Amino acid sequence: MSRHVRRRYLALKIVSEQPVNGGDIMDAVWKAVVQLFGEYGASQAGLSLIECNSQKNYAIVRCSHTAADMVRASVVSITEIKEKPAAIHVLGVSGTLRALRKKALLQG
Amino acid sequence: MKRFVDLHLHPSIKDFDQVERMIVKSSELGYRLVGIPLPPSVTQDEISLLRKICKDAKIGFVARVDFAPKTPGELLQDLRRFRRRFEILSVTCTSKGVARQAAKDRRVDLLSFPATDIHKRFFDRAEAELASKALSGLEIEMAPLLSLSGSSRIRLLSRLRREVAIAKRFNVPVVISSGAMNEYLMRSPHDYAALATLFDMPLPYALHALSEDPLAIVERNREKLSPDYVAPGVRVVRRKTCV
Repeated sequence: MSRHVRRRYLALKIVSEQPVNGGDIMDAVWKAVVQLFGEYGASQAGLSLIECNSQKNYAIVRCSHTAADMVRASVVSITEIKEKPAAIHVLGVSGTLRALRKKALLQG
Repeated sequence: MKRFVDLHLHPSIKDFDQVERMIVKSSELGYRLVGIPLPPSVTQDEISLLRKICKDAKIGFVARVDFAPKTPGELLQDLRRFRRRFEILSVTCTSKGVARQAAKDRRVDLLSFPATDIHKRFFDRAEAELASKALSGLEIEMAPLLSLSGSSRIRLLSRLRREVAIAKRFNVPVVISSGAMNEYLMRSPHDYAALATLFDMPLPYALHALSEDPLAIVERNREKLSPDYVAPGVRVVRRKTCV
């Protein structure tokens, strides 16, 4: 019997001096999670990048619903991406991509 | 809907472009009231200009002054001179004597402690008891949490966890403010609340520290600074005109 995995999707707005891609964002997010919660905490986060729009500077990441607060705190603590000052704002958190897009006014 | 307040936005006052950018950003992030620390020598024109920028950005403005006196005597002198000119008065306590004096003085709104020097954070039970009687609040700035890393951030988190627990026990209002010196250190109220969970502040309590607690301090002071104010609960309703 398969168990339904509950997930959370986070819409992120990236503010940076330079253009960033999905890889750069995920590197920064992983680094922040490991810095704040360690490798054990990071292993429970179930983080993955769902979507990244470098032109509009937003991204959507997915994580386990139990780690949503942890991921949000880590994302907020990011102050640089690729060694340049940056900030990531969480536009919304939701259980489905559809609701997230509606909530965060993003057009997927 | 909550009205979020950031009582400590810290742009360089000389750079009006940066001030404007940061005020607009605050409004975009969902704040309805911002406090900007001003030098005691600030002129009314400069305050009016800041009020205008805030009004254009559809956000309220709070004139704030920060003191970091070396002795309790110096603190009392500053309070006598400047209390009535600013809506919020914060004291950065760098010695135990100053911390105790600031905590028991009703004219002090916010108690602030250096983020980088943990040995100078004097917010213990005795301090909390005094602050609770004088209705002073404990200010927690989030910018150092973002800019510090490694052992200094670990020590700060541990200290904040202890301070928040003491403040809660003694009913001392906690005020979370950004302390941001540039746009990259600014975050939305919900993001700060998420960050506050790192020092064991539950989300509803953190949101309270970003809205109701600072708002109550501002409203109380605005009432006190009004010309109709006489004493708590007593105000002038009508003035008789004598010919």
